[in-house]
Amino acid sequence: MPVAIPDVKKSWANAINTVTLGATKDEGGTRTKKVTVGGATSLPFHHFEGAMPYPPAIAMEVWDVAPQDWPEVLAEHFKDVWHDPGLWAKKCVEQYGADLICLRLAGCDPVRQNRGPQEAAQAVKRVLESVGVPLIVWGTGNNDKDNEIFPAVAEAASGENCLLGTITEDNYKTLIALCTAYKHKVIAESPCDVNIAKQVNILATDMGFKPEDIVMYPTSAALGYGLEYVYSVMERARLAALRGDKMLSQPMICDIGIEVWGVKEAKASEQELPEWGPQRERGPLWEATTAYVYLLTGADILVLRHPRAVASVREAIKQLMGDGLK
Amino acid sequence: MILIGERINGSFKDIGAAIKERNKAPIQEWARRQTEAGADYLDVNLGAVSKSADDFRWLIQTVCEAVPTPIAVDYNKLDLIKAGLEAYREFGGGRPVIINSTTAEDSKLIPLVELAMQYNAGLIGVVMDERGSPQDIDRRVELGAKIFAVASEAGLTPDRIYLDPIVMPLKFMQEQAKNVLEAIRQFAMISDPPPHISIGLSNICSKAKERSLINRTFLVMAMVMGCDTAICNVCDPELMNAIATAELILNKEIYSDDYLKAYRKGREGAKEAL
Repeated sequence: MPVAIPDVKKSWANAINTVTLGATKDEGGTRTKKVTVGGATSLPFHHFEGAMPYPPAIAMEVWDVAPQDWPEVLAEHFKDVWHDPGLWAKKCVEQYGADLICLRLAGCDPVRQNRGPQEAAQAVKRVLESVGVPLIVWGTGNNDKDNEIFPAVAEAASGENCLLGTITEDNYKTLIALCTAYKHKVIAESPCDVNIAKQVNILATDMGFKPEDIVMYPTSAALGYGLEYVYSVMERARLAALRGDKMLSQPMICDIGIEVWGVKEAKASEQELPEWGPQRERGPLWEATTAYVYLLTGADILVLRHPRAVASVREAIKQLMGDGLK
Repeated sequence: MILIGERINGSFKDIGAAIKERNKAPIQEWARRQTEAGADYLDVNLGAVSKSADDFRWLIQTVCEAVPTPIAVDYNKLDLIKAGLEAYREFGGGRPVIINSTTAEDSKLIPLVELAMQYNAGLIGVVMDERGSPQDIDRRVELGAKIFAVASEAGLTPDRIYLDPIVMPLKFMQEQAKNVLEAIRQFAMISDPPPHISIGLSNICSKAKERSLINRTFLVMAMVMGCDTAICNVCDPELMNAIATAELILNKEIYSDDYLKAYRKGREGAKEAL
């Protein structure tokens, strides 16, 4: 007698929201390419039980100022262009195939150069005129500073349908008002806490902001530094969303490069830690491995730094999507 | 929780009068109010004011015109239920439907199960038979199991079967509330996955003074036992808040400080998706 294998396929009540970034000329922007994420009706890559209409997208990180502390194995790919965020973005798109650019306004951080709103807006404009892909603009994380620079940033990118972030439970009103006025999407940040993730979305939508215009940032952690904790938070959010929770149905963004290139497994040279092998291999591998894990728990946008991590994550997405890749 | 709005019932004076006068306005107003309050289904019942299939047809059309919310076709006679389902097929445009209700008597159960299959409907099965309403736990469970068995045999999957343990007034039959709760717990073990378990909530507070408090306290207790469907006053905000809170405590929804807002928005969102 053949043993009947039970059918374990699940059908879910709800789909993840679909979010499209970028606006073309016809839509009031200047983008030549748009990126859509989300729309899944099952857990990631469970093609046998639901649809995953859009593959996760890769954003490459660009700064408004030249970084001072990037290790050589990372810096060597960008130091010819990082004096100009436009050139840097162009290299990411043309040479490394980035789907999106994530401009981090690190230079505006009061603990770095403390640059002002006009310089921030200038950097945004430089990137917009240099590349055709949609833009993510990530602030400093300093509430006062972000509220000072984002009015100029949102206006400079008016009509381009960018993704601006982040809002938090304690600081959301200014950026939500700006995203509403200038028609951008927003990143809602929570400190690795599904309850607060939901709360931030409620606060934003309470101001009349559409839940479909939000991407969640549930915090990211590098492999070995709390990744499994973030994984379980993202998994819980995604399961609740698929079961019908509209306040957790937003696509998720993972900010990976900044986390990975801050830990010693990627940052330490082989002179410091000879037993760990060549940093040139180890660094990008640490970044890519971290990204793979987040793909499996529902990451929709991955922000990465190293070109080799980008290439290998892109290949992983292709393989995981299989025939589902458009 | 699946919430079925109870208000469009000819037994309510305003609805009864509206049916007699063929006045759409009060009916459509209640259809809208219950939909805005977050009802998943609207119970539609002629009550005692009419036995006419034409009136039922008109009532269902009236509700379907006002809101996109699915309905529960509620009557105790087979021919009128069939007329209601026919009307709903015409005016409801393929929305989901629940038949409210059958009992465990073969003469009702068998044809109503057939009707549910034919119209792709859910079916509420009330645990009474020719001997009347049960007064104890065992009889409730026995009749519940019978309804489940007959319905499953005919091809209804557990997600289309709603067992109703018969809630009785606390004021007059105080000892029955506990029996109902225990019957719910045992219904939940009839199959895996279990059938839906539905209660006619407002019976519990019949003629009592603290109606809203009794309703919400009982519903929360029933939810703990496994009740997942209620025909109730969805326009009672305290009841809705208690349900939202109970869903958190049972870990069915994710906590957030403004979870009451999220619960309301979720119910609105579900409506938009229809």
